[in-house]
Amino acid sequence: MNRINIDSRREFLKKALAGAALFRANGEAAALASTEQGAKLAKSKVVVARDGLLRGTGSTPGSSVDSGRMLALLDRAMQALFDRDRSIEAWRMLVRPGELVGLKVNTLGGRGISSNLQLVAAICERLHEAGIKAGDIVVWDRDTEEMEHAGFRVVEGGDRVQCFGTDRVDYEQDLVSYGSVGSRLSRILTQRSNVLINVPVLKDHDGAGVTIGLKNMYGVIHNPNKYHPNGCNPYVADLNMLSEIRTRMRLTVCDATTAMYDGGPAYKPETSWKDNALMVAQDAVALDYTGWQTIERKRAEHGLKTLEAEDRAPRYIATAADQEHRLGTNDPRKISIVEV
Amino acid sequence: MFGQLHVMENEPLDVLRERSLPCCGFDRRAFLKCALASGAALGLSETACSAAATPLQAGQQKQDDSRFVVEAKFYQKQANLKIKCKLCPRECNVGDRERGYCGVRENRGGTYYTLVHSRVCAAHVDPIEKKPLFHYMPGTLAFSLATAGCNVNCKFCQNWDISQSRPEQIPADYAPPQRIVDLAKQYSCPTIAYTYSEPVVFSEFLMDTADAGHEAGLRSIVVSNGYMQEEALKAAYGKMDAVKIDLKAFTESYYSKVVTGQLKPVLDSLVTLKKMGKWTEIVYLVVPTLNDSDAEFTGLAQWVKANLGADVPLHFTQYHPEYLLKNLPITPVPTLERAKAIADAEGLHYVYIGNVPGHPAQNTYCPQCKKLLVERVGFTASQMLIRQNSCPFCHHPIPGIWHA
Repeated sequence: MNRINIDSRREFLKKALAGAALFRANGEAAALASTEQGAKLAKSKVVVARDGLLRGTGSTPGSSVDSGRMLALLDRAMQALFDRDRSIEAWRMLVRPGELVGLKVNTLGGRGISSNLQLVAAICERLHEAGIKAGDIVVWDRDTEEMEHAGFRVVEGGDRVQCFGTDRVDYEQDLVSYGSVGSRLSRILTQRSNVLINVPVLKDHDGAGVTIGLKNMYGVIHNPNKYHPNGCNPYVADLNMLSEIRTRMRLTVCDATTAMYDGGPAYKPETSWKDNALMVAQDAVALDYTGWQTIERKRAEHGLKTLEAEDRAPRYIATAADQEHRLGTNDPRKISIVEV
Repeated sequence: MFGQLHVMENEPLDVLRERSLPCCGFDRRAFLKCALASGAALGLSETACSAAATPLQAGQQKQDDSRFVVEAKFYQKQANLKIKCKLCPRECNVGDRERGYCGVRENRGGTYYTLVHSRVCAAHVDPIEKKPLFHYMPGTLAFSLATAGCNVNCKFCQNWDISQSRPEQIPADYAPPQRIVDLAKQYSCPTIAYTYSEPVVFSEFLMDTADAGHEAGLRSIVVSNGYMQEEALKAAYGKMDAVKIDLKAFTESYYSKVVTGQLKPVLDSLVTLKKMGKWTEIVYLVVPTLNDSDAEFTGLAQWVKANLGADVPLHFTQYHPEYLLKNLPITPVPTLERAKAIADAEGLHYVYIGNVPGHPAQNTYCPQCKKLLVERVGFTASQMLIRQNSCPFCHHPIPGIWHA
């Protein structure tokens, strides 16, 4: 386990500064090349895939998502994200046979607003087609009982897709830390997966402003309560800096089939809406920024104040993008939103 | 009864003295780790047995075990199913289905609950000197207990594996107040001590247990950070017979950076306890380079004398690297002696040095005739000469609760 203590961070900063000095010593030409390269950098792509008929004709509001349409929606999103004609090609760019893939879902909101079962099943199906054995896929959150309340069926052992909470395997004994808080990580993350696919939901959060992809990592640690002061800033960003998370994170598939614009994180049917959408990105910060704007638009539609006006704008998103963290971009000029 | 044995305090173990509950079983791994730590203690390095807090085995705890869930006493209901916690100065605003910073209190549909009532994750029979309380019934035992959780996050915490965990993450047993009273009596403990993690966060359990104890003739003491709102402090610690407060520094910056709390509310708590007439002792853990300046020691001693009086015992204790603060050395004994010298010079009457076995400053001396009154070896009071709350040599009153 990595332990980032004060000394090692100081060493890191010293080395980084030394690197900067070296860069200057190499002269103006190098700096110009770097600028040119920066100008050519691709924007962070966030794909928003939507299907108004995801739940059928809509004759029965609240009815469950159609699994076939969900699979097709996911395919469209992945093809758009990776610029591929066939979704399987996109998945093969993402994972390799033999890898252990963890799908970190969010089940705090129970049946009302948890990671969609059909979406999770669709991801598992495509992973399997891309060469991942079913038994090498684990769908997980912090607590098995919460997962069951959200509709997941627990599977432990055998060659089927695994599905259980950290409570079944515990957290690592050792602490890891980035910033001021130390935590123990889920053994599902550290021992059962070397690829992480984040499958959060899109919703308002009374303290953090919004909870989408970055904050879903709170379910990876044993002490999320220590990360809530100050609107979760900088704690969300710090947590996502942990190498155990960063090195595994390959994709965020945000479930916006049902989303919530106020009153979160617990499910409030009166402030949720059926967006029938998925948001998919590899830049978790860009996805969170885009999701935040979606929630703000919905709040405006309902005559609610902005999160900024309520003094709970999700500042951790900007922190995640800052010079220290560099987890992605929150600059709308550098985000390409592709709607399919 | 207790699945795991936890024998932690912010002070070292005295394995020769303390008595484990025979019903508490170690697993082999925990035993070996603890044995190593105990060996270190025998070698006078005085390392607390943090290894004893081995995390739960998978599936041992259920998050919503209703036996432990009781409505919290100190909170206000807010709009939209939110609540504002009024237990500690943090005043967490907690949304539905969320927990406060302490991790042991949860909002369920707009009602706030403690999840740790009778949920004992650590229990032990300790000498009262281990708390440390030096002016409270020396030589007696305290039935000491804790639940999970803490309302701060000290980077040097020796018990972080219980204090910084959620209750469902560590083994615990159902031990309601009457059971605690029965066990304390069974082990000949005249006192129940709420300690190890942070009793602020299990105030409801503490209050109910103290009431049950008093009905049975047992006293209660608490070892706390004092980071508490006044109303809650009066209600909960008003039931205590003595209090030990960890005053972790004398600067707000230290409290902010190292403790994740605030200094002023702790000072306010000390003043409130003084007004309540509670016997109170103060421990100041001296961490090299972070809270060991002459100015801090002077400011601390002057504040104690001015606001609490010269008779309040002040313990300067030795820091050992732990948790998130492992890059600093053990506090040098001369630093502790410097702190004591400053506090002595400011006029405090009972200034002790802790976690340094055999140091003469762990004994109690008469402030008037300077004669030795209570001699301590480790956590044992080997000589106790105070009679009728006075020095037997010059009859100077010695404050404290000296006899049952």
